[in-house]
Amino acid sequence: MYSKGLVPLAAAAVVTITTALALVFFYAPNDADQGFVQKIFYIHVPMAIVALCGFVAGGVFAIRHLRSGDRSWDMRSYVAIHLSIILGLAVLITGAIWAKASWGHWWLWDEPVLVSFLVVFLLYCVYYPLRFSIEDPDRQARYSSVFAITAGAFVPLNFIAVRLAEKYTHPRVLSQTGGSMPGEMRLTFLVALLGVALLFVTLWKLELTAKHASMQLKRLRNRARVAA
Amino acid sequence: MVEAAIELDNLQRRYGERVALAGVSVRVEEGQTLAVLGGNGAGKTTLLRVLAGLLRPHGGTVRVLGAELPAERWRLPAQVGYVGHEPLLYRELSGRENLRYHARLHGVGDARVEEMLGGVGMAGRADDPVRELSKGLIQRLAAARAVLHDPALLLLDEPRANLDPAAAELLEPLIGRGSGRTRVLVSHDVEGALAEADLSIGLKGGRTAAVGRELYR
Amino acid sequence: MMGGARAILRKDLLIELRTKESVPAMVLFSVTVYVLFHFGLDRDSLDGELASGVLWVTLLLAAVIGVSRLFAAEREQGGIDGLLLAPVDRTSLFVAKAAALFLFLTAVELVAVPAFAVLLLGPGLGGALPELLVILALANLGVAAVGALVAALAAETRARELIVPLLLLPLLVPLLIACAQATEPLMRQDAGPEELGRWLGLLSLYDVVFVLLSVAVFDFLLED
Repeated sequence: MYSKGLVPLAAAAVVTITTALALVFFYAPNDADQGFVQKIFYIHVPMAIVALCGFVAGGVFAIRHLRSGDRSWDMRSYVAIHLSIILGLAVLITGAIWAKASWGHWWLWDEPVLVSFLVVFLLYCVYYPLRFSIEDPDRQARYSSVFAITAGAFVPLNFIAVRLAEKYTHPRVLSQTGGSMPGEMRLTFLVALLGVALLFVTLWKLELTAKHASMQLKRLRNRARVAA
Repeated sequence: MVEAAIELDNLQRRYGERVALAGVSVRVEEGQTLAVLGGNGAGKTTLLRVLAGLLRPHGGTVRVLGAELPAERWRLPAQVGYVGHEPLLYRELSGRENLRYHARLHGVGDARVEEMLGGVGMAGRADDPVRELSKGLIQRLAAARAVLHDPALLLLDEPRANLDPAAAELLEPLIGRGSGRTRVLVSHDVEGALAEADLSIGLKGGRTAAVGRELYR
Repeated sequence: MMGGARAILRKDLLIELRTKESVPAMVLFSVTVYVLFHFGLDRDSLDGELASGVLWVTLLLAAVIGVSRLFAAEREQGGIDGLLLAPVDRTSLFVAKAAALFLFLTAVELVAVPAFAVLLLGPGLGGALPELLVILALANLGVAAVGALVAALAAETRARELIVPLLLLPLLVPLLIACAQATEPLMRQDAGPEELGRWLGLLSLYDVVFVLLSVAVFDFLLED
């Protein structure tokens, strides 16, 4: 069920990422101030955007789960959130590397996007202990969905709050999105974004397929045991 | 045909992948007592909890007092009295305070609370916190709580646990056959349960193994 | 609907009055944390943003205790079956628990805020008291809504004591930001509200979102 289109998707992801890498190293200009290190931007920001979309998708799947009672929606929600958490960790790490290389500090509190991301990451990390401390599978799915919806609603609220609290003393370091991006940068960025997004969806489908298969296996084993 | 108090047809309930109730069917008329028997883990308590509206059925048709489960579960609390393993009484509050709380939830007056306290022989100790009471007295209060709102259906899980014969006799008109209510009774005392039942079902592995009166003979 | 909520709220208040377990603990905890901050920061008096921050962080940490204990009475009586067997809908249940938490927080603040003024606050509270009260009221509403939701989420979990703080505190970050920023100018030497509208607006937004959200999802908790 989930593996439909998996192979072409994976192929598209590989192609796009390879293209993106080529663009990053050979096409996009070196930044005047920060030099080569600035290129981390091309993986850091796309990962951040995809992770946030993943969290929101997790919330949307959770709503569908609660409305239909169909646990496969909870599965989709769980995998989306789970992959986004891993991606989120990568965002924080690449953000720190970039900050250190460019500005000499491992962490920057005056970068609202990064800071909001930290809070969101801390919140979503609680998904695992919450989910796995509930034994009844139906209840586990339901409570996880409630969490996913609550956390999903929290993300925009948190960004607004952190943004409002930012003191306008330091120039915005990492957010070169939107604003004025020269053509070569924009193209590279968009390809990188597409690549990360395709990779995310591929991994999402892949994990769902694997989980589905192992659940089928368990069900068959149970049936065999009961029949015996 | 008069509508039955309880009508189960192939009731199913899962616990994740494990099956708790695999297809239970029975029809209980108004005023009858159903005894539910079976070994440990056979699904007796699960069945009771489904009938109480605490658990939603995963399959089959379930009609309790005219309410179709799971859609109309909300209709049950007002008509069902449940005496389970836990007395469902707040330990820091007194018997009277506990019953008054339940009375307010059900829109029942304080006069009825006093009547119940008298009926279970608790009038003297109604103001002692529940944590100071013996198990037998707690069981009496639990019974009072269950019938406070004059429910049409009683669900009883080992209702005579911790009760001495005198107390059991005291509760008889409230939760026993003498109450005239439809009752579902789960008990390990097979002889005793069968003696006061109109019909019985035996559960094995979540399934109805036998229906009737003469089960274990 | 509200009759049921009132009965449950009354029961929770009665139990708290009888056991005195949540509110005194939260007050004691707050004062202890003030002492910790005194030693940790090595300061006798605070003002401005430091004062605001210390006060709000302390209050929110104390709130964790209240949230953990919100369903304690139910757990002690053997579970939430009692609530489920009552002819009360989940929304009423939410309202009752959130109202209880709101009242507990208010009671705690009646002692904890003056205590803060006495122990750590340099400038007095007098100058901007009305504004502070408004901020506290809106904050309590938000914490009550989120707290009741988190309490229900964690109510029947094995790892409840871990989950409540880990879940509640990140969720309260936007509220903390709004409250700390709003309170900071009220705790300066020349106290006076500044940009209060912006922060009260954020607080109100937070409250609205979480009250609506909690009411919407509460139905799916506490039922099987």
